[in-house]
Amino acid sequence: MTETNEPTLRLKTGLAEMLKGGVIMDVTNVEQAKIAVDAGACAVMALERVPSDIRKEGGVARMARIDIIEAIMQTVSIPVMAKCRIGHFAEARVLQQLGVDYIDESEVLTPADEHYHVDKHAFDVPFVCGARNLGEALRRIGEGAAMIRTKGEAGSGNIVEAVRHMREVRKNMRDLTVAGEEELMTVARDLGAPYELVRMVAKTGELPVPNFAAGGVATPADAALMMSLGAQAVFVGSGIFKSSDPATFATAIVKATTHWDDPSQVLAACKAIEASAMEGLRIDQLDQSELLQTRGW
Amino acid sequence: MTVGVLAIQGDYAAHQRALSALGRESVRVKTPAHLEGVDALILPGGESTTMLKLLENEALFEPLAAACRSGMPVLGTCAGAILLAKHVSNPEQSSLGVLDISVERNAYGRQLDSFVTTLSSDGSFDGVEAVFIRAPVIRSTGPDVEIVLEHEGDPVLVRCGPVWAATFHPEMTSDTRILSAVLTA
Repeated sequence: MTETNEPTLRLKTGLAEMLKGGVIMDVTNVEQAKIAVDAGACAVMALERVPSDIRKEGGVARMARIDIIEAIMQTVSIPVMAKCRIGHFAEARVLQQLGVDYIDESEVLTPADEHYHVDKHAFDVPFVCGARNLGEALRRIGEGAAMIRTKGEAGSGNIVEAVRHMREVRKNMRDLTVAGEEELMTVARDLGAPYELVRMVAKTGELPVPNFAAGGVATPADAALMMSLGAQAVFVGSGIFKSSDPATFATAIVKATTHWDDPSQVLAACKAIEASAMEGLRIDQLDQSELLQTRGW
Repeated sequence: MTVGVLAIQGDYAAHQRALSALGRESVRVKTPAHLEGVDALILPGGESTTMLKLLENEALFEPLAAACRSGMPVLGTCAGAILLAKHVSNPEQSSLGVLDISVERNAYGRQLDSFVTTLSSDGSFDGVEAVFIRAPVIRSTGPDVEIVLEHEGDPVLVRCGPVWAATFHPEMTSDTRILSAVLTA
């Protein structure tokens, strides 16, 4: 948790604290949102297409239609998040005006700006951003993100990239805790990260904001794996509504996330499923241009 | 004294940090077995609907309600206060029914309506900084419930014997007065 005197940042990270140990589910309509709530989702992400469909259909992926987000906000009592394109601060302003609870400045949508991310300090609504390593995480926090998630490889149904990114962030943080004070400026330069944030991580060994997992979670065991690696909550994109039994998958993934450290409970979650998980993609067989994680810097 | 922190979802980690700042041992409670050996209980903030689902699915609902009624110190914050309440609205949902209060969920609005304020009182918690996040409002209290702190006319910290409920998050500040009072009362 961030100990800060800035009330806005405390409220922004505060909501992320409330989501810990939970599952945030991608939903594209009111019916899916209801399934998510019934399964015990701690928040939903309202969007027009889940990542695997965005990947399949191609074209430009933008902020979701407002009527879809609004209908979902009116249906559920849990927090509703929505995505804006990287750098698209006008979409972000629209979402803030609409009153969503969190904005994901997301690589899943087609970036609007290849150089600059949104200045998230300029907003009252909190932002979550994806990161593949500590430098990227701290750059986003420097811009005002109040929650970090791994990028993973959204819509792939393959957990390998989320694992890579979570391990990378945690290894970078571990290394920092044993670095000497005189090394920190060089580390900051090498990571491309704000010096003050590097110092903060060196002292605490943790990110100054909550650290969640996303991008490729398709099964209860995937969720348990990410929690075991240090994620504090899990985003599930295509994994639920691209499986052959969304309600069961959703409930099982929630159970496995809560009880990630108890194999008997994770087994019970896996046992409850008698349907197929979403189809998965081999990352090494994807063309570079198909990768979503390389969007943003 | 071992304090059990309900850890099925929510800001249990923040509560455990606050407890450790007070020098208190804490354990995470996720199953009925985890309630054994616990001398006090904290129901954290988070999403009350999520917690309810999991309490019901894990057969933890009844054991937790019984533990809350057993006379040990109990503190519920935000979603935890909603779980303790006798009646919940917006929307109506079941609850442990341990504390005779009526609570309206998300009564201030959405995240953009979340706020931080300083509460004043004649009692021992004057000047407490209160963080309200998508907070509920206590709409009514039973005759045995003492209103300890108010904000703009609404009760925000109440107690009935050893059971306390706050609609804000004392665990999100470094001020441990409330937690300390709950555990020593």
